[in-house]
Amino acid sequence: MDIFSNLALGFATALEPVNILYCFLGVLLGTLIGVLPGIGPTATIAMLLPITFALSPATSLIMLAGIYYGAQYGGSTTAILINLPGESSSAVTAIDGYQMARQGRAGPALATAALGSFFAGTVATVLIATFAPPLTRMALQFGPAEYFSLMLLGLITSIALAHGSILKAMAMIVLGLLLGLVGTDIYTGTPRFTFDRLELADGLSFIAVAVGVFGVAEILRNLENETDRDVVIKRVTNLLPSKKDLKAIIAPILRGTALGSVLGVLPGGGAILSSFAAYSIEKRLSSSPRRFGKGAIEGVAAPESANNAGAQTSFIPMLTLGIPANPVMAMMIGAMIIQGITPGPNVAIDEPALFWGVIASMWLGNLLLVLLNLPLIGLWVRLLTIPYYVLFPAIVVFSAIGVYSINNNAFDLFTVSLFGALSYFLVKLGCEPAPLLLGFILGPMLEENLRRAMIISRGDSTVFFTRPISAVLMVLSALVLVIVFMPAVAKKREEVFQEEA
Amino acid sequence: MMEKPNIRDAAAGAIFFAIGAAFALAARNLELGTALRMGPGYFPLVLSFILMGIGAIIVFVSFATAPEQVGSVPWRGFVLVLFAPIVFGLTVRRLGLVPAMVITIILAIYASRRANIPLAGVLSLGLTLFCLAVFTYGLRLPIPLFAPWLRF
Repeated sequence: MDIFSNLALGFATALEPVNILYCFLGVLLGTLIGVLPGIGPTATIAMLLPITFALSPATSLIMLAGIYYGAQYGGSTTAILINLPGESSSAVTAIDGYQMARQGRAGPALATAALGSFFAGTVATVLIATFAPPLTRMALQFGPAEYFSLMLLGLITSIALAHGSILKAMAMIVLGLLLGLVGTDIYTGTPRFTFDRLELADGLSFIAVAVGVFGVAEILRNLENETDRDVVIKRVTNLLPSKKDLKAIIAPILRGTALGSVLGVLPGGGAILSSFAAYSIEKRLSSSPRRFGKGAIEGVAAPESANNAGAQTSFIPMLTLGIPANPVMAMMIGAMIIQGITPGPNVAIDEPALFWGVIASMWLGNLLLVLLNLPLIGLWVRLLTIPYYVLFPAIVVFSAIGVYSINNNAFDLFTVSLFGALSYFLVKLGCEPAPLLLGFILGPMLEENLRRAMIISRGDSTVFFTRPISAVLMVLSALVLVIVFMPAVAKKREEVFQEEA
Repeated sequence: MMEKPNIRDAAAGAIFFAIGAAFALAARNLELGTALRMGPGYFPLVLSFILMGIGAIIVFVSFATAPEQVGSVPWRGFVLVLFAPIVFGLTVRRLGLVPAMVITIILAIYASRRANIPLAGVLSLGLTLFCLAVFTYGLRLPIPLFAPWLRF
């Protein structure tokens, strides 16, 4: 089988000492920021992108990926122990996990979270290895019309899955697309929206926008209410779940993994949505739903498996099609572009060692996380005593130096502040920042494929509906739009997101 | 029946409409081309109009939704955190990395209401050393530590 030689190549890459080291650094950092509230994986990866310049492409992607799935682990630790989810994807885990901790069962809850995550991570790795090659082969036959339709479907799905108002999410995407167009037009060389600034000829700096939107704006939100964190840590004893626990968690872990794997692939999906969906399904399936919210171990097992599976399968569209499913994946694409690699189906063919190395490193990283997390839980929780007023100046100065180091120009730093302010106000007005970044990455690609498709079809816009794959994608887009705006669904959707908040 | 609009929605819609209009205005001199051969102005202009349209709808709908509170803005933090990167950009070339870093860190520290002089001293020293270790010694970033006129 092909898959084995591919995975062998992957593990050969992932097991190179330098890659093990950066995989370890990645998951360590991921756990750290997962534990600390107020800084998430998106901001961290944006902050660290400039640093990855110095690394080889495979090594840098391995580290960045480690930060992302490591954050899922770290977030659940604090959610269980002190009812403070470090990551939004762990918010559901806190419901039953914290109750278990209060009943003196913190150990089994933590072990369940770790085991569920590890199992889900393993399955997701196998899924990526299985589905990536056929998807890549299919993607190679895509023309501009198919790419345009696919991106449109991606954007529309991410609107449907965004929190809050659909209209605002749509506006954020369109705004992102427009911002992505700033710079020199690739066909004619005409400068667009550059106001004669030389710094804008290549467009707005992706890293500067990402740091502003996710780093600076987040700090401003946290400064709104500075409160002290009272951390009371009890010693965690008796990590091992009982036989009864093990029996209770097998099915939820399997269901959570399956659900997360599917939702992770969807644009706008990923870890957060997966964990919420898994929790509500477990509650509905349970024979005793009343136990939920009072320390049901299934309520920890399912969402923790789901968020890890979702975090990992969201790599599939990024690796095979070059299309990001969430802002973290957009960041990965940014990292590849910085390294001079064109994202898309060619990555698997031109850079097999990178492609399979990243996939194999995920399994390795998950193993490292289990080894790192369970014995060191006490240490992680103690990190929470770091006050925010120490943390955020570090984020500010780190971002400033990092952004400046890419082009050595001050203009990018003005961009950081401008987008920090804009994004802060928009979030305050109830607009999600994630769709903006997706639009920003996809804007130039969307335009290029649209124009190419129109030239190839000699101006016949029915091309998007006459080519079969493109037609299917277009019909799906239309369906999603119709469903989202159906009154019954819109109401239900609001309820779901109400529960989350 | 015209009632008071939901401020959050109305403001968001107005911002989107204004940005859309600004982009449309900035795109007015770009060549449109035809659907077959789209010029540089075609796609941006279409998007600008879509953004203005969505913005207008959001404002319109805001009259039909229940009012919400926007909440206060931490102005001191807002100004200082946003100024910190700008000041870094303006000073790093003229003064060098170390002074620019120290100024940035101190600005950021005072964004918090908890800031005081001992904290600022300890934290700026620690963070400066940490950043030097990472960027200058770890990554060998070629930014001069001090501008020539500051060297002894």
